[in-house]
Order: sequence, then C-alpha cells, then structure tokens
Amino acid sequence: MSGSGLRAESTVIRVLFFARIREQLDCSSMELDWNDSVRGIEGLRSALIARGGSQWDAVLSQDNIICAVNQQVVTSDIELSDGDEVAFFPPVTGG
Amino acid sequence: MAKLTVSVQKDDFDPGQLQEALLVGASEEGAVATFTGYVRVNNDDRGVSRMMMEHYPGMTENSIASTLDEAAQRWPILAAAVVHRIGELRPGERIVWVGVSSRHRGGSFSACEYIMDYLKTNAPFWKKEIGPQGEHWVDARDTDSDRARRWQVSE
Repeated sequence: MSGSGLRAESTVIRVLFFARIREQLDCSSMELDWNDSVRGIEGLRSALIARGGSQWDAVLSQDNIICAVNQQVVTSDIELSDGDEVAFFPPVTGG
Repeated sequence: MAKLTVSVQKDDFDPGQLQEALLVGASEEGAVATFTGYVRVNNDDRGVSRMMMEHYPGMTENSIASTLDEAAQRWPILAAAVVHRIGELRPGERIVWVGVSSRHRGGSFSACEYIMDYLKTNAPFWKKEIGPQGEHWVDARDTDSDRARRWQVSE
C-alpha cells in the first residue's frame, strides 16, 4: 500500500525493545500508529522520542543501538510499511 | 542436503545425545566436531553468581538457521545443530552447543568454529550477569567481531 491513498482504518507499527534498552525505557513492546511521520526508522525514532520525552531521547540517541525490521538488521533509514515489526537492541552477547 | 537444526530452550541438554542425534544414519560421517560453552564463575574479574540470558524470539532462531545455511554452502557438511539456552543460568552450567558432521574433519572443524563465531556476533541474545557487586549487562567484545570478520571472503 502506498502512502498516498486513503486508509480506511489506522494501522500500526509494532516496536520491541530488548535487554539494556528495554530496562532503560521500562518498556518491552508498544504499538505506534503508522502514518506519514513514522514512515522510516528515523521518523519512528523521532515519534518515539516525541511521545516519551527526554528519557527516551537519551536512551534512543545512544551509539551502538542496533535496529531490526521484521527481524532483519538494518543499517540505513529504510521505509516502513504498516504492520512492520521494528526492534531496537544493544550489540548481542550470546554464546 | 545437510540436516540443519536449531533449538533455543530453557532446559539443559546432553552433549552425548546431541552428538548421536547429529549422525544421519548411513555411516557416511568420518568426523564430528562439537563445541560446548559454559558459564564462567569469573568474567572480566567480576564474580558471577548467576546470569540471565535474554533473546528475541523468532529472530534468534532465524539468525542461527541462516548461519547454518551459510556454513552448509561453504563446507561439505552432512549435518549441523545448535542448541542455546535462555533464562537463568549458573556458573558451571552449559549455555550453548554446536555440532557439525562431515565426511572429512576439515569441514567439521571449520564449520563448527564459523557457526560459533557468527552466533556470538549476530544472534540476538543478551547476557546479564548477577554477582556480589550487583548486576550488569555484558558488553559486546571487539575480539568477537574480529573473530567473525576472519571468515569474510575478500572479493
């Protein structure tokens, strides 16, 4: 679905946070209305900060936050579609 | 087609059973290489009394499965399996197991190390250590990224 058409109902982006990021935000998951202002990762990040305030700004502006869209790591500001799952997490430390 | 399996689980596992389960049943294997990772009682000079392993359900399994696929394209392996635990773990407990079988030892050795190196840097797991000095999230290590980078093929 392109961004230009009229939408009959609001659609959402599901956002997940893990590990240190989850604790710092005191939030493991949330849903955000998908609209023109959260079309890309950076737009989504700005919308989260606008909603959460200075604490969210401090956490989400940290270096070294990895972002995954639909469970694939992304390294640039890609476009989001309604229903996408976006996750923010620190560098991984398994094994 | 290589037999590739991934399990992310709370429960402990038996390395001997996992190794037997790796065999494809036609006596084609000439080699099995395995790796077992354990919780250390000390990490970076800090005492560890327990650890919590968090993961991203779904992405974790898919990420490891992709690594196994890549290993199977790179080496002539017959089977490969990864088992990784989540939740609360204590020093001395097993965390992760990787096993690879192949006709000759070279593929098993290399693929086992490759899988472990990529799991360390790509699979979305996070360790929080809890000890006498409190609790903290473990930082990613540059040495792990360096190890994974060794496997990159120059174009």
